[in-house]
Amino acid sequence: MLPAEWADWESRNHRLAWLGLNQDGFRERALAAIARYGASRIALILGTSTSSMGETERAYRELEADGHFDAAQSRRHAHAPHMLTEFVQAALGTRGPSMTISTACSSSAKVFASAERLLRAGLADAAIVGGVDTLCGSVAYGFNSLELVSRERCRPFDVDRSGLSLGEAAGFALLERVDADKAAPRLVGYGESADAHHMSAPHPQGLGAELALTDALARAGLAPSGVDYVNLHGTASRHNDEVEAALIARTFPATTLASSTKGWTGHTLGAAGIVEAVIALLAIERGLVPGTLNTQTLDPACGPQIQIDNREREVRVALSNSFGFGGNNCCLAFAAGVGA
Amino acid sequence: MSATFEVDIEGVGVWSPELPNWDAARTALCGIVKAAADPPARPAPTLLPPTERRRAPEAVLLAIEVAQQACAMAGREPGELAHVFASAYGDLAVNDYLCATLARAPLEVSPTRFHNSVHNAPAGYWAIATGCMRSSTAISAGAATFGAGLLEAALFAHSESAPVLLAAYDVAAVGPLQDAIACRSRFAAALVLAPRSARAHARLRLRAHANAAELAPSATLLQASHRDNPAARCLPLLAALARRESGVLQVAAGSSAGLEVEISF
Repeated sequence: MLPAEWADWESRNHRLAWLGLNQDGFRERALAAIARYGASRIALILGTSTSSMGETERAYRELEADGHFDAAQSRRHAHAPHMLTEFVQAALGTRGPSMTISTACSSSAKVFASAERLLRAGLADAAIVGGVDTLCGSVAYGFNSLELVSRERCRPFDVDRSGLSLGEAAGFALLERVDADKAAPRLVGYGESADAHHMSAPHPQGLGAELALTDALARAGLAPSGVDYVNLHGTASRHNDEVEAALIARTFPATTLASSTKGWTGHTLGAAGIVEAVIALLAIERGLVPGTLNTQTLDPACGPQIQIDNREREVRVALSNSFGFGGNNCCLAFAAGVGA
Repeated sequence: MSATFEVDIEGVGVWSPELPNWDAARTALCGIVKAAADPPARPAPTLLPPTERRRAPEAVLLAIEVAQQACAMAGREPGELAHVFASAYGDLAVNDYLCATLARAPLEVSPTRFHNSVHNAPAGYWAIATGCMRSSTAISAGAATFGAGLLEAALFAHSESAPVLLAAYDVAAVGPLQDAIACRSRFAAALVLAPRSARAHARLRLRAHANAAELAPSATLLQASHRDNPAARCLPLLAALARRESGVLQVAAGSSAGLEVEISF
């Protein structure tokens, strides 16, 4: 439930955003950063695909007899993409630059890149990034119309995979310059690219994804052999997994481990970037490489990198891949902090 | 840390029903009233193949038209530019279609209309039409959408030392959505920005500003007719460009953050 004073923000997406803010002490950490740097020095950049559009859909289902929204829906802060960020801004009280990135399933990966540029140029001292997406009719029926949804739990990279499972998530991260805490894990690289191929199918040779990956490695100053773990986009759609498996097989040595965690989370769309960034960071923190849940027999396109089972090993560098409709790609590179 | 950075404007594109290009906009913004003889119903960007041009949603046409104009003026190959597409509301016609269809017969949702509903659909169509594989971003920031897009694009040009295309567009709300969204006009504008360019038409010096001061409204008819269109918040900047007036403008870049934009020639 949202606190009572936010009745005009009522929507499934804002409720999940509020839940996410209150997890793991994040809100306290964010408020402490605001107190430390000043609200106008904190940028807020969030990703979402459909934001609170579920509320707009509801308004259409419940139109008044004259064909208009009812009074509460006309007033509701839920009918535009940026409402997610406005809600979080109201909840936290940040006053720095703010925007919503909406590039489908790469949205909340790209927020890290935009925030890094703001911090590097000195336009903010810290940035709150993240993403929130919730199920709504357009997503459920839209993916259904594209015949991309599996009838069973998704099985990424399985030879018999049959499509994706939809999921919902909220996630946030607080970014500061490296000097603020040298032991904290760090964003060491990112790559952004477009496929220039098709609105809803990946480039058949994965060229756009490869550009994003190569750029992330170059910014991080890393050779492929320096990467311990890659969290894959791995939606369990026929095409995505085939193209991504080939990209991983031709880029990395067998010592780099890779997996898709969408068997656990489902495909959380605009929130997938932040969810999987957090999983990459957890792999670094815990020394645990997650496997690929639900998958039984790997597609022959997979190289030795892709793991079905969890593996314990030290992870100093982890990447996360996120690809979206419109052929939109982002790859993030994270590394353990100094002395961590 | 007070940060200031500079970018140059190499190209401009504009489309609204009364101003189908930058030349027309420049004349109007200089105060010379010249009614369009035959206002075009929709833009027809030649970059799109004819079949795509017929089928494309209006939001895509507006965004691609101004992007193409700005690249042509800058003399830049469109496929070589990282791009930022900024829109407060996205494709309101496709949203109206989806919400109405979901309320009536959800299994009839069209797959094409669904993938056209993503906020980055114009950026995706642009990348496909131009063969552009560089960074492609689609943003939204409510009333501050133009300023947030300008900040994102200018910062990209500055920090990556590379030219970048910014296209801002918003279309009119249709159907019941009009009860929640005030936008009643169609307007799009684009800028090609580059660090220290030999082809500069103007130089922008940007600085973060604590207050979200609005651009000072000037009394042009043009602004009055696009008052509720977030993409048209660029008009004071375009007016300064058209008149070659050096000065400082305030641009909202967040609901409580602003950019101070110093323009010089």
